[in-house]
Amino acid sequence: MSDLAAKLQTLATDFAELPVNERLNLLLEFSDSLPEIPSRLSDHPDLLERVVECQSPVFLTVEVHDDIVNLFITAPKESPTTRGFASILHYLLDGLTTAQVITADDDIPDSLSLSEAVSLLRIRGMRGMLARIKRQVAEKSATQ
Amino acid sequence: MPVPFDTDSKIQQYAHPEVLVTTEWVAANLTTPGVVIVESDEDLLLYQTGHIPGAVRIDWHTDLNDPIKRDYLSDEAFAELLSSRGINRDSTIILYGDKSNWWASYTLWAFKLWGHEDVRLMDGGRDKWIAENRELSKELPEITRGTYPVIARDDSKLRSFRDEVLAHIGKPLIDVRSPEEYSGVRTHMPDYPQEGALRAGHIPGARSVPWAKATNPDKSFKSRTELEALYLGEAGLKVSDDVIVYCRIGERSSHSWFVLYYLLGFTNAKNYDGSWTEWGSLVGVPIVQGEEIGSI
Repeated sequence: MSDLAAKLQTLATDFAELPVNERLNLLLEFSDSLPEIPSRLSDHPDLLERVVECQSPVFLTVEVHDDIVNLFITAPKESPTTRGFASILHYLLDGLTTAQVITADDDIPDSLSLSEAVSLLRIRGMRGMLARIKRQVAEKSATQ
Repeated sequence: MPVPFDTDSKIQQYAHPEVLVTTEWVAANLTTPGVVIVESDEDLLLYQTGHIPGAVRIDWHTDLNDPIKRDYLSDEAFAELLSSRGINRDSTIILYGDKSNWWASYTLWAFKLWGHEDVRLMDGGRDKWIAENRELSKELPEITRGTYPVIARDDSKLRSFRDEVLAHIGKPLIDVRSPEEYSGVRTHMPDYPQEGALRAGHIPGARSVPWAKATNPDKSFKSRTELEALYLGEAGLKVSDDVIVYCRIGERSSHSWFVLYYLLGFTNAKNYDGSWTEWGSLVGVPIVQGEEIGSI
């Protein structure tokens, strides 16, 4: 089992075993732990891509060094659900190889038992983030 | 004994001052018997980050909607929802939320479909409460379960459906979306996800009055005089008009509906909650693009 598959399975089990309200608390823990982006990016918002599928202003970019993906996402504190989604993707994908990210399952956002807690409409934003991350990784690994 | 109304001078200006309270009033009534404070947000996790002490959450999407069809809860499910939040039929419900109370207005409008008598909105919502450095709590309140009766929802007075809207063309319609959505440049509001309308534009004859024109920078409602200038002056409505408001899914228009119905005293104002995500995908209905209001 790959790193991603194992991590995802553990996380999916963690969410699934919690009552709905505690799933929200776990999502909030993720939200609070989304890493700040470095100043070299926050000072240059033009380097970040807007995730238009999200209701709140979410921006991201990926960097590829030696085939390893580093992920940078920023979302406002007033949008904790979106930050939580961003943080989950960061937790799952940051540090993986380009091939692992590119082949990541598009349905990851639907596998975390969150639709009952936050609704499918809101999860759509997470799918948008994942699609953009995968596209950027594919573009950036192709140019290396 | 009924819970006293807010005697604040700004609130007393409105046609129905009994449906609005200030943040000060809420701070003074956190533990008043009979009062249940309810938070309704766009981002439901905001409640988890801190809410007004004692407040419960009701979410527009996961709580108020039927899980299968596009409609509100069944009457039985509504009674269960409110009972689970410690609400009785005679409770005084105080609603507040993020985004200038969009979703709190939406929840209020839905509660009125079931005829809950005493529902009030906290002017300025969550943002104003926080800007004033008022207390927030992360603790979930201990709820004494209510015994809310099963009430038949009445969609006839406050809610419009598509056939009624079609027949209404020629009478006052207010489109509260952004100018770009109204003219048809886009089908969804700026910075928001596309939610599935196949065509862009507005319903013929609808005047554009973006919802946010009714709010102050601190998210509270503008004064009655300012609101009259906007709706009775610029938009040319009369308080006696039979008017329907709509937006994209009915949330922003609930905010405008609240202004017309309660703050200005329109007695025939309805919300078309199908709104653009329905109209913009209906086969054969008339649509106008551009800035002109248009006609059939």
